Amino acid sequence: MQPLVILWTDALIFLLLAGALGFGFYASRREHLRAPWRFVIRSRVGLGTLVVLSFYLLIGLLDSVHFHPPADPAGRDGGTLHSSEVISLFDHLVSGLRSRQEKTYSAPLATHLYAKETIELADGSTVRDYPRLEYGGAHLADPERDWLWSVLGLSLIGILKGLALSLVLGNLLLIFLTLRRGCSFEFVAREVLGGRCAIPWRTGLFVLTLLLVLGMWSAELASKFHLLGTDKVGEDVFYQALKSIRTGLLIGTLTTLVMLPAAILLGIMAGYFRGWVDDLIQYLYTTLNSIPGVLLIAAAILMLQIYMSNHAEEFNSLVERADLRLLFLCLILGVTSWTGLCRLLRGEALKLREVDYVQAATAFGVGHFQIITRHILPNVLHIVLITVVLDFSGLVLAEAVLSYVNIGVDPTMNSWGNMINSARLEMAREPVVWWSLAAAMIFMFTLVLSANLFSDVVRDAFDPRLRSSR
Amino acid sequence: MMAYIVRRALYAIPILIGVNVFTFLLFFVVNSPDDMARMHLGQKRVSPEAVQAWKAERGYDRPVLYNAAASGAERLTDTIFFQKSLKLFKFEFGSSDSGRDIGYDISQRMWPSLAIALPVLLVGLLINITFALLIAFFRATYIDFWSVVLCVVMMSISGLFYIIGGQYLVGKLLHLVPISGYDTGLDALKFLLLPVLIGVVQGVGAGTRWYRTLFLEEINKDYVRTARAKGLSERLVLFRHVLRNAMIPILTGVVVVLPLLFMGSLITESFFGIPGLGSYTIDAINNQDFAIVRAMVFLGSVLYILGLLLTDISYTLVDPRVRLS
Amino acid sequence: MNRTLLRVEQLTTVLEGGTRPLHPVDGVDLEIRRGETFALLGESGCGKSMTALSIMRLLPPVGRVAGGNVWLGESNLLDLPETAMRLERGGRVGMIFQEPMTSLNPVLNIGEQIAESVRLHDPGSLPRLRQRVTELLQAVGIPDPARRAGEYPHQLSGGMKQRVMIAIALAGRPELLIADEPTTALDVTIQAQVLGLLKSLQQQTGMAILLITHDLGIVAEMADRVAVMYAGQIVETAPVAEFFGRDGHPYSRKLFDSLPGQEKRAARLAVIRGSVPSLASDFPGCRFAERCDRVMARCRGEAPGWRVTGPGRGMRCHLAETPWEAAVELSGRAGPGIAPAAPDVATAQSDRHGEQLSVEGLRVHFPIRQGVLRRTVGHVRAVDGVSFEIPPGRTLALVGESGCGKTTVGKGVLQLIRPSEGSVRFGADELTRLTGAALRRRRSLLQIIFQDPFSSMNPRMLVGDIIAEGMRAQGVGETPAGRRERVRQLLTQVGLDAGAAERYPHEFSGGQRQRICVARALAVQPRLIVCDEPTSALDVSVQAQILNLLGDLQRELGLSYLFITHNLSVVAYLAHEVAVMYLGRIVERGTVEEVLQAPRHPYTRALLSAVPVVDPEGRREVIRLEGDMPSPSDPPTGCHFHPRCPEAEPACAGSYPRVTRLSATHCVSCLRVGGAGAD
Repeated sequence: MQPLVILWTDALIFLLLAGALGFGFYASRREHLRAPWRFVIRSRVGLGTLVVLSFYLLIGLLDSVHFHPPADPAGRDGGTLHSSEVISLFDHLVSGLRSRQEKTYSAPLATHLYAKETIELADGSTVRDYPRLEYGGAHLADPERDWLWSVLGLSLIGILKGLALSLVLGNLLLIFLTLRRGCSFEFVAREVLGGRCAIPWRTGLFVLTLLLVLGMWSAELASKFHLLGTDKVGEDVFYQALKSIRTGLLIGTLTTLVMLPAAILLGIMAGYFRGWVDDLIQYLYTTLNSIPGVLLIAAAILMLQIYMSNHAEEFNSLVERADLRLLFLCLILGVTSWTGLCRLLRGEALKLREVDYVQAATAFGVGHFQIITRHILPNVLHIVLITVVLDFSGLVLAEAVLSYVNIGVDPTMNSWGNMINSARLEMAREPVVWWSLAAAMIFMFTLVLSANLFSDVVRDAFDPRLRSSR
Repeated sequence: MMAYIVRRALYAIPILIGVNVFTFLLFFVVNSPDDMARMHLGQKRVSPEAVQAWKAERGYDRPVLYNAAASGAERLTDTIFFQKSLKLFKFEFGSSDSGRDIGYDISQRMWPSLAIALPVLLVGLLINITFALLIAFFRATYIDFWSVVLCVVMMSISGLFYIIGGQYLVGKLLHLVPISGYDTGLDALKFLLLPVLIGVVQGVGAGTRWYRTLFLEEINKDYVRTARAKGLSERLVLFRHVLRNAMIPILTGVVVVLPLLFMGSLITESFFGIPGLGSYTIDAINNQDFAIVRAMVFLGSVLYILGLLLTDISYTLVDPRVRLS
Repeated sequence: MNRTLLRVEQLTTVLEGGTRPLHPVDGVDLEIRRGETFALLGESGCGKSMTALSIMRLLPPVGRVAGGNVWLGESNLLDLPETAMRLERGGRVGMIFQEPMTSLNPVLNIGEQIAESVRLHDPGSLPRLRQRVTELLQAVGIPDPARRAGEYPHQLSGGMKQRVMIAIALAGRPELLIADEPTTALDVTIQAQVLGLLKSLQQQTGMAILLITHDLGIVAEMADRVAVMYAGQIVETAPVAEFFGRDGHPYSRKLFDSLPGQEKRAARLAVIRGSVPSLASDFPGCRFAERCDRVMARCRGEAPGWRVTGPGRGMRCHLAETPWEAAVELSGRAGPGIAPAAPDVATAQSDRHGEQLSVEGLRVHFPIRQGVLRRTVGHVRAVDGVSFEIPPGRTLALVGESGCGKTTVGKGVLQLIRPSEGSVRFGADELTRLTGAALRRRRSLLQIIFQDPFSSMNPRMLVGDIIAEGMRAQGVGETPAGRRERVRQLLTQVGLDAGAAERYPHEFSGGQRQRICVARALAVQPRLIVCDEPTSALDVSVQAQILNLLGDLQRELGLSYLFITHNLSVVAYLAHEVAVMYLGRIVERGTVEEVLQAPRHPYTRALLSAVPVVDPEGRREVIRLEGDMPSPSDPPTGCHFHPRCPEAEPACAGSYPRVTRLSATHCVSCLRVGGAGAD
């Protein structure tokens, strides 16, 4: 059995990454593409949110390398056996979080379970009390006495570690800048910390430090406690929230990826060729658009469920099945969302085909294909880019809603929507089980807010007409 | 102008046919009725008789497109396509998979949906326009900047959170209104208050920001400069000139969703236990009741196309450039 | 009584927001007397409009007045609180703008927009508001004012909209009217109407006009005094009669010299090299030094101060100190190549190629679809039977007002729009019958240069690729290296640095871009170039550069031009033949002498008389045309021009006049010249 497992979505996300890198390389050599990105980098909001987004991206990418872990005892004949379970590189890195499962709910940083149970004492008698957690705070001899000190101590270590790490990274950046500019380290440091650089390094470093400190702090605490508590089946909520990042990112990016070819091709064709081509394409997207999106998704997902339940034997594992459902969800979300972009591009192509430089190209006898690829496409790319970035946050939010209606990702898959969905039933409990909900909300909010702010900057950069109105 | 509207109305016909064919393909061709039956009857090892009985009960035992066994016109009419899809055009939705009359359910449930969706839309519109005008008045100041930041923050919060948070805060902690449920007549008011409030708050961020952009776009136009050159005060410039022009895209954007208000909001209705079309749809999805989903897809398309038509008409009413050309 | 109405002192305006602050207005002094017309003259980007907006305190959000005073009577406008300033705006000071198309609120009817101003500034008229609005509309010459007041801006033509703008300004009974390029967006016959209106209003009301313009002709016709603005400063002030005399600021002199015209035909036009400097730059010396022919060492190091050179005259130039006559003599000899052109050489050379463009009965009709089924209910006859020939090496100018179909003729010739009817032959090929690859091969013979240098090049492509695109499509230049070499050659040929190939279009100024467009057209070695208003978006000084270039190329390469323009002085300068178009048809055609010196068609005559000219002595008589050009979808019966024609007879409404040949080259379609025709 191959240890490395490449899921469909893994392949696509790395393809997308390669595409983005390739485009970045291409753009870096063309001034008209580089200038707007320079604007993004030079805006404080742009750089700050970029740092946050890359944190999410890093976790998402680590979570997209799947393999079969070696089965626990090494094989008898020297070769390692691989378990049939599929885990990701990220799971491997935080294996502690994954494996330390409690019985049921426990509050954040708790040492005891949330519900009373009948505990058998050493002398054989039983009492109803909150039992100690198996893992959370297991290192404490007397939780009542030691808990606070332990939490404070771990926090301090975590914060110091975070500060140290950011100090190292910050100095690396300064050294890099020193080498590139060829002036003294001291001068560069003063420029950067004084906020006098063209690129707001100071803001970037500040956000980075904040994230590193927060990250190391939670890492320290999570190593001994359940930082955000556990859910109904005792799984660590912090781990779930982190795992959900990949789902959110995939929905936000793959959906636009799958819809782009159709939207670009059809939109430009409709605007450029006009006539019956235009009529046909307009008919197509008006029809699709007239079906309420949620219902279309619901219908499609229901159909998929029927297909999957009737063809259960075709799927190797639960992970693969969930993965295909995710991919299908992206596809169907793409089908419902390409019409907007298509309409925009059609309008733009209609305008561009009358523009003088397209007329000039026609007067040279340049063919349609060449005109589309050389003159029209490059001049609508900024619209495509703005749409992709703007759509991202909407899609992340949509995932939560869809999962709530049970037409989102597979219930076995970690996603913020599933977390909220399972948590909302517990809101009626007394005291309230709030942590799953809060965790999902905070993680989702950070991502969506960063993406929204980032997309604002990107839109301003690529559409100068709007910049003046700010 | 009449000709234009008639033409737009006629254009709706091929689109509805398209939607109809599309749903037919999705529901009956991608998966056969047999698949549905097996799914409903509980996965594996279902006897063929049970499947047949399930299908017969719901009228899915007909051939899909052509009934060779029947005679005359029935060869075409006694088919799934005719009975289940084409009849949607007459708004005959048939009965749901659980045997209820869908048409009756819809007619009962659309009013509670409207009772929530309409106030949300109207109050939201009023509040968003007010805020956006205020922000536009203070444009390029710190008030503008921080208002936009606030808007972005508000739109970055998931709608689910507004509902859960609102229910928890208003319903559970403060005990001001019941958390969920519905009643008829005036009693409905106390049930409607919270969902409407939450619906409005949910939309403020995105709405205000969008309208602000519209206002700022108008403010940069030449005619606004003319208005200022006349000596008009900033307040008059905003209200008499900018607002009137910006209302055109705002109003037409509202008109397009008007008919869809009947469809209700899936999430809000299910959270608040309101017996509207939204929760009807959700229940249908959860019960995998295809007849209802199919009916709602068709109904949604009809309402959307109606919305498009109303938009065209409203353009001709509010914009003199269209009205008089 | 104090005659000074407005006194601007050391006005300085800053625009923030860019990478560095701009100073579009940098220490401007002005004085406008009651009842006079004061012209502020300058090229685009010199700060004229910003001066006006600063006076009105209507600057865009990024702009602010950094210093100076604006005295209107006894009050300093810059010190007034905003509420008091609002009373002055539209009250004592009215303003009209360049773009009448966008300057009116599209959703309010025009009566309401005028009433708004009356309510604010003329409370005395409130009881009879409707009547006052009607009066104002009447005053600006809008026919049937009571009905028109209920109409919306989109129902009015451009000229009408500008009249409404004037009515709005008049509502406050202004003492000063600021007119910011009020006729630039209008056709020349409409321009004559609006300028005439302004003049008569001024006589009636005694208001002063601050007329902002780039057109020397308008200055000569309208103004009493003129100030020339350059790069944010006033460089010269003079009474108009003296302004067009011999002495003045070198910049003003150059502006006159670069105007095209018939008397300059034989020579290259004087050009001002380079283009207007960026207002972000620092100027240690004279701002014009870089472009001045008479620049001295001192000019670059020391900024010239303001010097009074006569009563009511002054300028900002070091030369003002030196005896003027000597300087002029000097410059007259050293002036740039006024080499006599050799048109005969051109014709002789071009005979070798022997390819002539002949257009016969060209029609371009666009269907109008209406009704439920979008049936064609009529046609917009954009071009309705146009015939002409262009022999090799010659230039035919196609003249007419906007909407007359001249651009459509150009595109129809190039087959960018397929004609509905008629023939376009070039050499032996009938272009209208060619399709696909056959047409594509012929495309290299005919090329086009567009009006707007900013939209005619793909902003995402390097200049080198833009020029090479046609060569690649046409297979000119075998290898990429060969093409690159050719691109360099072409760039040098049009007077640009060969390094330009590696840059993007946005890095160039308007004039440079137009040169690149010429190079792009030349790349495929065309025989004929359709020049679609190639200079109308450019400043006068830059226009001269492009006209010279086009002239040189014609002489060197024997090119033919179909020169589409509305600018008659350009026509007079470079065309061999002229065809005047009105509503889709050519009404008069002949050699440039025949048409411009002895026009026979009333429209041609009106058109010629409407052009403002720099001729301070003999003020010409303007033949004012009433109304606007009718719509080409519903042309008038008989002669298309008869409803506006000052010489029309009843018979003109009968049938379209047939073509009358007056000489071998001169023909005209007018009943009064030729007699009625049956065709």
